[in-house]
Amino acid sequence: MLNPDSVGRTFTGANVVTVTQSEIDAFAGVLGESNVIVAPPTFSIRITLAQSQQLLSDPDVGLDWSRLVHGDQKFQIHRPIVAGDTLRCSSTIENYKVAAGNEIVTVRSDLHAGNELVVSTWSTLVVRA
Amino acid sequence: MVNLGRASMIEIGSVIEQRIFWIDRGLLKAYADASGDQNPIHQDEAFAKSVGLPDVIAHGMLTMALVGKFITDWAGGSAPVKEFSGRFVKPVIVPAGAKVDLTVSGTITDVQGDDVRIDIVATSAGIKVLGMSKALVSISQMSPL
Repeated sequence: MLNPDSVGRTFTGANVVTVTQSEIDAFAGVLGESNVIVAPPTFSIRITLAQSQQLLSDPDVGLDWSRLVHGDQKFQIHRPIVAGDTLRCSSTIENYKVAAGNEIVTVRSDLHAGNELVVSTWSTLVVRA
Repeated sequence: MVNLGRASMIEIGSVIEQRIFWIDRGLLKAYADASGDQNPIHQDEAFAKSVGLPDVIAHGMLTMALVGKFITDWAGGSAPVKEFSGRFVKPVIVPAGAKVDLTVSGTITDVQGDDVRIDIVATSAGIKVLGMSKALVSISQMSPL
C-alpha cells in the first residue's frame, strides 16, 4: 500500500535528460513520420515513464510498480520538445484513493528545461487488488 | 469559424474524417524500442497469458500515440497540440500474425479564440479502447494545407 505521507511530495531527478534527434526520429518513425523537427505529442512519455518510476520507487513511497496498470494519461504541452532539450523531471503523487480494493494513484510529472516548464503529464495508475 | 483551406470549416460539430491504423506484433516491438517500454505483456504471448490477459496487448501509449498522429495529421504537425488526454478503457488485443484495426474519429466540440477542442473516439474490433479522449489545438500554429 502507498504510504499516505507520500501524497503531495515532489521528487526531482538529480540528472537532466538530453533529447536527441535520433530518439525523436525513432518515435516518429513508428508512427510513419519522417523529417520531423518537433517531437510527437506523446513523446515525453519516453522520459517521464522511466523517470517517475525511478523517482517514486523509494521504499518509503510504497508504490508496487510490478502490479500497475495504466488507467489514463494527460499531456499539457507548453511548447513541443525538440532535439537538444535538456529536461529535468520532477514527479508528484497528486492524488491517491482506494476503490474496490484497487489503489488508484495519480502521478504528475513536470519536465523543465532550466526554469521553463515544457511539458506536464498526469498518469493515473491502478494497482490491482 | 476559421477557414484554413481545409475541406470543411473549423466549427463546432465538424467531424474529422475517420482513419484506420493497423497494429501488428512488429509495430509493438518497434514501439517498445522507441518508447523504452519493454513490458513483456506487449511482446511475449506466454507471459501475457500467465498474468491473465487473453493474448499480447498493445501498449496503451501506442494507442494514444496513433490517436495523436490522427490529430497532428489534421493539424498539420505536432506543434499546435497543447493538450491531449485519454482513458485506457479496454486493451487492444494483438494475436500473432494478425493485423488489428485502430479506428479513430474526432468531432470538434468547441472553438474559442485560438483554441479548438476535439473529442476523439478510438475502437479496435468494434470495441472502444480509448475513451474520454480530448485534444486542445492552437489554430494560429496550425499550418494551412
